[in-house]
Formats: sequence, structure tokens, C-alpha cells
Amino acid sequence: MSALLVVNGLGKAYRQYSSEWQRVLGWLGLRRKPAAEHWVINDVSFALAPGEVVGIIGHNGAGKSTLLKMITGTLHPSAGEVHRHGRIGAILELGLGFHPELTGRANARHALGLMGFSGEEIEQALPQVEAFAEIGEYFEQPVRVYSSGMQMRLAFAVVTAFRPDLLIVDEALSVGDAYFQQKCFERIRSFRKAGSGLLFVSHDLNAVKLLCDRVLVMDHGRCVFQGEAEPAAVFYNQLIARLSEDAAAAMAPDTGFGTGEARIVRGWLEGELGNPGPFAAGERVDACLELQCDTATPLQTTVGILVRDRFGQDIYGVNTEYLGNVLELQPGQQQTVRFALNLNLGPGKYTLTAALHSQDHHLEACYHWADALLSFEVAGFRGPRFVGLAGLGAHFSVDAAAEQAASLIYAERIEN
Amino acid sequence: MKGFLINAWRYRQFILSSIQNDLRARFARNALGGIWMVLHPLAQVAVFALVLSGVFAARLGGLEGPFAYAIYLTAGTMAWTLFAELVTRGQMLFIDNGNLLKKIAFPKICLPLILSGSALVNNSALALVALAFYALVGHWPGWLVLWLVPLYAVVVAFGLGLGLLLGVLNVFIRDIGQMTPIVLQFWFWFTPIIYMTSILPAGAQPWMRFNPMFHVVEGFQAVLVFKTAPALGGLMMVAGLALGLMGLALWCLRAAGQEMADVL
Repeated sequence: MSALLVVNGLGKAYRQYSSEWQRVLGWLGLRRKPAAEHWVINDVSFALAPGEVVGIIGHNGAGKSTLLKMITGTLHPSAGEVHRHGRIGAILELGLGFHPELTGRANARHALGLMGFSGEEIEQALPQVEAFAEIGEYFEQPVRVYSSGMQMRLAFAVVTAFRPDLLIVDEALSVGDAYFQQKCFERIRSFRKAGSGLLFVSHDLNAVKLLCDRVLVMDHGRCVFQGEAEPAAVFYNQLIARLSEDAAAAMAPDTGFGTGEARIVRGWLEGELGNPGPFAAGERVDACLELQCDTATPLQTTVGILVRDRFGQDIYGVNTEYLGNVLELQPGQQQTVRFALNLNLGPGKYTLTAALHSQDHHLEACYHWADALLSFEVAGFRGPRFVGLAGLGAHFSVDAAAEQAASLIYAERIEN
Repeated sequence: MKGFLINAWRYRQFILSSIQNDLRARFARNALGGIWMVLHPLAQVAVFALVLSGVFAARLGGLEGPFAYAIYLTAGTMAWTLFAELVTRGQMLFIDNGNLLKKIAFPKICLPLILSGSALVNNSALALVALAFYALVGHWPGWLVLWLVPLYAVVVAFGLGLGLLLGVLNVFIRDIGQMTPIVLQFWFWFTPIIYMTSILPAGAQPWMRFNPMFHVVEGFQAVLVFKTAPALGGLMMVAGLALGLMGLALWCLRAAGQEMADVL
């Protein structure tokens, strides 16, 4: 099958003219040189086959939305070309330019017309739009009284009323509640089975990993990475880490407290691929700490780490004492220590706190306590999926012999 | 040109529902609803009639009666209101719809079609009330009323051509939006709507011929006030000018279409 979408060397420049009249003269055939050109998208190429889901990630201002606008055709590319095959359904930003004074029904009818459907087709689709949006009697009320979530429900129901060959969703789904998101993903999956492609922009790395076959990472208007979801997410996080180069200072614990005989100079996490995160649930991750001893004599110390979730709850803590190790730091020397962790945590955001102290308890003599030294994200799963914070590594089996006995006992109890 | 027409036909449902929504949205939450559509121009006619009928009534050659001046005034107003609405809304057409243009890819040609449809609906309400008024005071123009069809066509073509051209330019040069109402204000007073050409100094009268709206308004007045066929020469000239403007506007729209969403 041929591709639904081919994007070839796409670029977008915003042109400024010394006077706008120069631009007008340009339309009449007298090409003038613009005074300034500002390229926001540079040389992006990719293709999307039927049934394929391609994700686009990148920080704010990386050019994702501009790229999508050129693909849908609301913006005209300054360089390169877009080849579309089939009908595109797109939710760019939020809503579809709904009119606030008109009812949901009138807006739905209007938006479907805007997508080029005939009156007959629209009347057929409306009941189905109403049913999918599930906004009840609000469907007959003006859109100005809608919450943003309700607007998004209506927008999604309208755009997907007819199966588009290519569906483009720009972060819109993040507005909906969990129930509706599920419903949207369900519909997207069924479209995909029927041969639709999906182009998906999101900041939710979890959703991207779950949904996408391929991911483009955008940075400063360029596609800096194109490949499978997992390595793309890793690449993206490295990018973000570089963005916050100053935040490297945050990794050096100038926060924290302690008596200062020994210090944690810096800390970092290493995934299986040497990546700094995000990690998949169940991935082997090393928590590494660089330690420095400032005393004149060797110092016996206990070093510990503590993982907390985003609510600040302790999830897992351990130290060398518990592990039966003793660490001796040499004066004036830097030493790197490593905790190999089986990171079997549910998807979410976590922090890692590290501490150096004299005894197994940090209140005895705490050399250095670095609170929330590192933060990291767990996204996606290595191995079977689960819900909750902790992966308890369940195995399932059916005990054939005992099963009958158990049900017998159960039956007897009911009779009594 | 052919592309424009094909697109317009494909999006006919959108164009029709937009015209409908336009009216519905404008009068949502208004107790009187669509009546306001007629009340605005009628109020204008009433003001001028009250203030000025004493001044001008005597100068209406061959027309007498208490309503003579009101009849004259209404005829010119019918033409001007439609023209002014097309120009004022036309120059804001793309800016007002910027949100839509940035979010959804649809043929831009729909917008001027929606505008002319909605302006025509607005003004036909006024025209119906005006014609009812003529019939009531015994000044029904008879079969000559059919002249209104080509006359309205000329107004729409001219107003739309000018409005669309200004609309495209206004996206890039926003001063146009500020300038248009001022120009329209002058234009209104330089067109014999509330006065007659005959009251102007003899030296100024020939210059009136350079005002396209003069010919249009004169046409309306010929049919509705003096019950004669309009002078075709002037009207043909305006029609030609209108087609030229329309062509230029469409050319600009096609050329500017690519850049429009960039600056909205």
C-alpha cells in the first residue's frame, strides 16, 4: 500500500518585508526580497503508511504545531512538499473554532460542513456524534457554557464522526478525563485497524510509548531523531537534560544539610542503555553517586539512597549498612559508588534522595543529606504491564488438582 | 477561477449553514431577534426624514406628498446599507475568521460567499419593509420593481469586490481597517442619498459622475422614486469596475492565501 502522507524536505519561514506594500507587489508578480527570513521548520521528511501511528515529541516551541499545520494545509510550506492521500481529520490546538453562542448541535453541524460533508451525510452523523461526546443535554446548549473538557469531547466526536484516512491529534486528548481518553484511544485503535494512520503530538511520554510505532523528536524546527518509541523517549529526555544545563548545578547538591566531613559531589542514573531516563518499569538502573571525603584520616561511612514518589512518599530506601557493606572513604579522594536497582516501579515521576552518615541511622552523625538529588520518570513497561506503584512480579497459574477441592469447599459453605 | 467555483460547490453545505449561523448568532439572546436587522436602517431613515424633510421636500422635482422625502431617502439607503455592510465586513473578513483559518483547512473562497449571502439576507429584510411602505403610501413602482434584481447585483458585485480586496490587504496592512470607516463616512456624504444632486453647486455636479455609488444610488432612485428605468450607461460602467475589482481581489486572495495564516 502507498503512504498516506509523505513529507519531503519541509520547511517554513516567516518572512518580514521592509514594508508590507512590498509583499503586495510580490503578489502582482514583482518578486521582492524579504528583509528578514525566520526559519521555524527546517528540512523535515517522513512518511506515514496506512495503519501506522507516528508520534511527534519536542519541547514547547520546537515546531510541532507548525509542522502539523503545514500537514493539514492551514499553513503553506516555504520549502519542500506535503503529499496527502485521502481525507485528513485534525484537531489542532483545542476545539474547532466553535461559535460560543451556538448550540453544540449547531456547531457540530457547522464543523462537519467545514470539513466538506453534505447536508445529508451530516444529518446521518449527528446522532452518532451526540452519543459519542456524551455531554447529555449540553448538546442543545450554547458552547459558551461548556467546560474545556466538554469542548474537547465535542471536537473529537465531530472530527472522528467519519473515519479519516489520517487523523491528526495535537495534545487535545490531554484535556479530557481518563474515561474519555480511554474512549478516544479505543476509537483510534479501531480506525487504525481499518487502515487509518495517526499523527499524534503529546507531552505524555507514556501515551506516546503505548500508541506510537514510530516517533519524531523535534528540536529547534528540525527533526533530530526518528525511530522507535522507546529510544526516541530516551533521546528526548537527554535533550531536555541538555536544555537545563544549568540544572546540572541542581544535580550537585548545594541544597541539603550535614556536618560536611564527607560530601556527595554529584549523582546520576544510568539505565540499561546508559540513558539518564525515562526508564521502563522493570528496567535495571544504576544509581551512581560521586563522593568526596574532606577529613585528614580515612572515614568509615554509610551511604544510602531513598526513592520517593511525586507525593513525597517513601517508596524504597536502602543503605550500605542494610546491604552489609562498609565503605571507607580516603582523604581528599573522590570515589564513585553504584546501587544497582531493579526499578520495578509503576509509571510516574519519582525523586532520589541520597545521604552519607556515620551509622546506620542518619540522625547519629549525618555528613551530608541531599534531598531530592535527582528526579526521574518511569514510563512504559519492560515485561508485563501492571497498575499501581510497585511491581510485585506476579506469576499466574492454575492449580488443576486443588481447583476442584477449593470449589467443593466453597459449595459446601454455601449449602450450610 | 474554475478551482474557486468547484471548491465553493463542494462546501455549499458549510456556506449555507454559515449564513444561517451568522444570523442566529447575531441575534442570540436578543428578545427582538431579527427585527433589529430592519430597525437599524429604518431608524437612520427616520432620523434624516424628521430632521431634513422640511429642507429638501420642496426640491424633489415632480414628487409631492407628506412621504415624498421619506421615499427618496429610503431608496438611496437601500443601496448604501448593503454596499456599506459588504465593505465594512469584507475588510474584516479574514481577520475575524483568523481563528478558523488557522485551525481548519478549507477553501477561503467560502468566506466572501458567506458574507454576500448573509448581507443579502439582512438587506432583503429592509427591502421588503421598504417596498411594503411604498405600497402602503401608494407609491408602488409596479413592474419596474424587477429592476431591483440587476441593481442589487451591481451593488453586491461592487461592494464585494472592494470589500474583499480591502479584506485581503487588511490582513497585512492593518491601517486599512482603521481607514475604511472614515472613507465610507465621506463617501456617504458625497453620494446623493439624503440630498439631491440638484442642490449642489453647478460646478460640483459633473464631478459626481466619478463616484460609482452615484450611478447605483441614482438607479435605485430612478426605479423607486421616479418610476422610470435606470440610466444604463453609468450602471454598466460600475458593473465593469466591479468585475475588475473582483478579479483583482481574487488574484490577490490566491496569491496571498499562502501567507495569510502566517500573519493572522
